[in-house]
Order: sequence, then C-alpha cells, then structure tokens
Amino acid sequence: MKILVAIKRVVDYNVRVQVKPDGSGVATDGVKMSINPFDEIAIEEALRIKEQGKAEEVVVVTIGSNDSQQQLRTAMAMGADRAILVETDTAVQPLQAAQVLLKVIEQEQPGLVITGKQAIDDDNNQTPQMLATLWNRPQATFASKVEFVEGNKISVTREVDAGLETIQVELPAVVSTDLRLNEPRFVKLPDIMKAKRKPLEVKAIADLVPAPKGQAIEVLKHEAPQPRQKGVMVETVDELLEILKDKGLVS
Amino acid sequence: MSKVLILAEHNGTKINQSTAKVLTAAKQLKADTIDVVLFGNDSGLATQVAALAGVNAVKYVQCNDNHDQLAASIAPTIADLGKDYSHIFGPSTTFGKDVMPRVAALLEVNQLSDVMEIIDANTFKRPIYAGNAIITVKTDTPQIVATVRTASFAADKSTDGSASVTESTLSTAAEHTTFVELSTGNSDRPDLQTASKVISGGRGVGSEENFQIVYDLADKIGAATGASRAAVDAGYVPNDMQVGQTGKIIAPDLYMCFGISGAIQHLTGIKDAGTIVAINKDGDAPIFEVADVGLVGDLFKIIPEMMEKL
Ligand SMILES: Cc1cc2nc3c(=O)[nH]c(=O)nc-3n(C[C@H](O)[C@H](O)[C@H](O)COP(=O)(O)OP(=O)(O)OC[C@H]3O[C@@H](n4cnc5c(N)ncnc54)[C@H](O)[C@@H]3O)c2cc1C
Repeated sequence: MKILVAIKRVVDYNVRVQVKPDGSGVATDGVKMSINPFDEIAIEEALRIKEQGKAEEVVVVTIGSNDSQQQLRTAMAMGADRAILVETDTAVQPLQAAQVLLKVIEQEQPGLVITGKQAIDDDNNQTPQMLATLWNRPQATFASKVEFVEGNKISVTREVDAGLETIQVELPAVVSTDLRLNEPRFVKLPDIMKAKRKPLEVKAIADLVPAPKGQAIEVLKHEAPQPRQKGVMVETVDELLEILKDKGLVS
Repeated sequence: MSKVLILAEHNGTKINQSTAKVLTAAKQLKADTIDVVLFGNDSGLATQVAALAGVNAVKYVQCNDNHDQLAASIAPTIADLGKDYSHIFGPSTTFGKDVMPRVAALLEVNQLSDVMEIIDANTFKRPIYAGNAIITVKTDTPQIVATVRTASFAADKSTDGSASVTESTLSTAAEHTTFVELSTGNSDRPDLQTASKVISGGRGVGSEENFQIVYDLADKIGAATGASRAAVDAGYVPNDMQVGQTGKIIAPDLYMCFGISGAIQHLTGIKDAGTIVAINKDGDAPIFEVADVGLVGDLFKIIPEMMEKL
C-alpha cells in the first residue's frame, strides 16, 4: 500500500503574526516558515505505518509556491520516500485544494491519505473532509489513534467534544490528524543530506485542474483582534476574592 | 431574501446548546425563513427544537440510532435539502466541523469556518492564525455554507416557538463507515462549553492526583473544569477538558486558571471570557497580559487558601 500525505507550508506556530497596517494581510516577510504542525504529525503517522510493514511507500504532496520545496525536503528527511509539489503562486482555498489532491490521488492510487486536520494559518479545517467527499471515500477526522483491523479496514479514535469516539472505515480513506496522534521525530543531519537526493516532482496547478469548480471566498480586509482591557495584579487571595465578590462571580 | 437551514446537534436525549447559538446567528441574517434539520432516533428531540421561537420547520430525519449521525451518512441529505436555502449553518463544534465541509463540497462551494460576526447576508468576520487576525470575507454563491463559532453568539433562550415538524427516514447512510464506541469523561460537573464559570489547570498542576484540588475548587463554586494541552498530553486529565485552538473555545463569565503559561493557542480558547483570573508562580508568564486579575504565587498554597475562604 502507498500512503499519500498532504502538507502545507505555514508561518511557524511560535511566531506571533502581525496584521499589516494597511489591512491587506499578515506580515510574512522574513518570518520563519514550517510544516503545518498537524501535517508533521500526519507524516510521522505514515512513517510509523510503513515501519510496521503495513505500507511500502510514503509520498508527500503540497500545493504552494516554489518555496514549499523546503518543507517537502524536511518531510523526506523525516523519511518520506518522494515528494510532489503542485506549484501555484496564488492562495488556494479548500475546495480547490481538494480538487487538486483528488487529481494526485487518481495518479498515485494511494490506499490511505493522511493530512492535518487544519492548517494553522487559515484555520479552515475543511480540505480533508472535502477531499473524502469528492473522492467518494470515508473520512476519519481529528484522529488520535489509528489501528489496522481485519480485512481492509482501519479503526480510528477521534477527539470529539464529548470525549473519544471510535469508528471503523474501509480503505481507501482520508484520515485527518489531531495533536495527540503521535510525536513527530526530529530530523538528523545525515537524513537532510540524504533527502536532497530523493525525487521531488514539480507539477503546474493548471495542468492538474485547469478549471476548478466553485467560487473562491473574497477576503475584503484583515484586522488585528480587539485587545482585552488591561487587568490588575493583586498581591493576596483576599484581594482576589474581594474583586470576584464585587463582580458577583463568587459568593 | 435569506432562507436558512440549521443543522441541529444533540447527544441522543438533549439538544446541544450550540443549536440555539447558531439560531442567534441565523436571526442576524434577517432571514425570511429559518428551518432546522435534525438527525436522530428520538422524536422528542424534534419537539425541543420546535420550541425555539423563530424556527419555521423542523425536518426530523429518523436514523437507526444516534450514532448514524456520521458525517458521510448525513451530509448528502443536508446538501440535498440545502439546495432550497441561501444559507446552511452548522455549529463550529467537532460535530459541525466534521460534516459541514462535506456539505459544502457536495454543493461545490467553499465553506466559511468559524463565523464570529455577521455583517450582512453575504459578509462575515472570522478568525485566522489562532485568532491573531480577523478577516472580513464576502461570498455570493447560491448557497453559503458556514460553521458558526459558538463562543461568539449567545444562546437563543426562547421556549415559545411552534415550528412544524416533518419526519422522514435517513436514506443516505454510508456503508463504508461504522460507529464503534464513544467514551466520555462522564463528570457530574457543568458542561465545559456552556458553563458560566470554568476553573482550569495546566502543566503547573503537576500530576493527575494533584488535579484533585482543581476539581475541589471547581465543585466549591459550581464551575466546570478545563485544562491546557500540556496537562492533557501529560495524562493529568482527559482530552475533552482541553481549552484552546484545538480544544474547546469557550466564553464563560469567569475563567480562572492555575499553572497555565498562556500560549497563544490556549488564549484563543478564552478570549471571549468575561473575567479571566490567572494564578501563576512566574510573574512574567504571558497569561498575565490577558488576565483581568492576576496573582503571582504557588497554586498549591493559593487553592487551599481559597477553599478556606470561600
Ligand atoms: C498547533 C498547536 C495547537 C495547540 N493547541 C493548543 C490548545 O488547544 N490548547 C492549549 O492549551 N495548548 C495548545 N497548544 C500548546 C501550547 O502551545 C502550549 O504548549 C500549552 O498551552 C502549554 O500548556 P501549559 O500552559 O499548561 O504549560 P507550560 O507552558 O509549561 O506552563 C506551565 C505554567 O505553570 C506555572 N507553574 C508551575 N508550577 C506552578 C505552581 N506551583 N504554581 C503556579 N504556577 C505554576 C509555570 O510558571 C508555567 O507558566 C498547541 C500547540 C500547537 C503547536
């Protein structure tokens, strides 16, 4: 079986992003970029499945600018076998991303697709579900555990508001990862060198999906969130309780 | 003019408050019609929804059991019904997040995730970058599919509605997906997502055993309990207690946290709280930048003192 992992290059999660003064976007010049943390977990999961002998090949794919090659190389340094960059210089919204990934699936025929549940830039949490829908295959979103069961099925534990839900889905399927699925490995220097020689194929987005269906949502403006009002520091529990009592929050 | 279809959420016996919050958002569209679609196997649930004022019709879709509400099973029915509506809204809970993008894909539109403000029927605000930026977005597709950020809208409290109820049977159940089990934290404390007071603990609490004092304080003031990701990852508490970007986004009147540093991913989850109280032994912890009331000190001394004085 082949596993396809879809990843995205995003502003590193440690960066506190700033809205540009003219409201046209957030400042990304010179900002550290990384693999979306949920996608890093997706790569790790695919590698573990391969290491258990349940998959032969792990292919990573991303849709993005040429700079995204860096993140694909990192994924290959972690252990992915090869990479595909679907190149575009414009931002791609989830429905278009899902259509592009579907094309890649048609070419690659994976038995399992793993991807992060959301990208921490747009926080959309849509692409895996849309991909599963267009592919007409099951989805197991927000996964915190993936196990192979008899036949052609996986059992997936999902982090839901009420607790942990377990479902079984037939393969091929799309799994979207939550944070507790695993802890991604660190890449070692020799692996970075080795990754440079692994195959990385670049495709133009228009060659895969020349006329994407669906209209993009128009972004009119970006603004900084309303700051909260400055609070007070107290020295003692008594002072704290007095404030809370005054506000009627405790009695 | 707008015609809205809302996807209701429930736990088998009770309609989740997220439904009444989505209704509040739908009413702000100044819609002509607001209908609700509900999947379940207890028609009493439909009666609960019908009591919400402003709902015109409840479309109750009977399922074999409550776990038939799998995204792949219900999305085709929602999309099919949705063709008659201008807006299809679901809650931005794990239930809504799982299913609504499938509905959007079937209708060939992009989804608006986590709508936090409605400007007009086509223009909305939503957070990106864990709430570090807010974008105003516009779309004029024949159907607008959105998830509503529940912490941004108060629950509609009306009980004098008289919506009509129509019944049908689920015909789109997916064969390739089966529900196995749901394990819940099962506590008697108030629900974290709707509680007016929340007490939470982070890595600073140190262990599963130590969390007992957090629970004791919560019980003393009738609060729900929450936690940071670090506390969940360390196994101190179950995952359903996580607050933040990847946990629950909450808006209680009081949020009091102990031993939480205040990472942006955590703060995303509490920005809409009325009063934030932070107790941390490190005076430089970023949590104090957002706290309304801050107290620098050791939680193991402060909690017992609070227990004594409350
Ligand atoms: C993609 C992504 C998503 C994330 N989503 C979330 C999320 O949804 N929710 C979330 O919470 N985090 C999330 N995180 C993790 C987040 O970045 C932080 O790592 C996490 O919130 C830290 O938890 P903490 O504050 O409990 O631990 P720490 O940062 O370790 O802080 C512990 C604090 O306890 C204090 N302390 C220690 N002992 C005591 C004592 N005796 N008395 C008083 N204070 C004490 C310390 O001074 C310190 O400030 C996410 C991270 C990523 C990358």
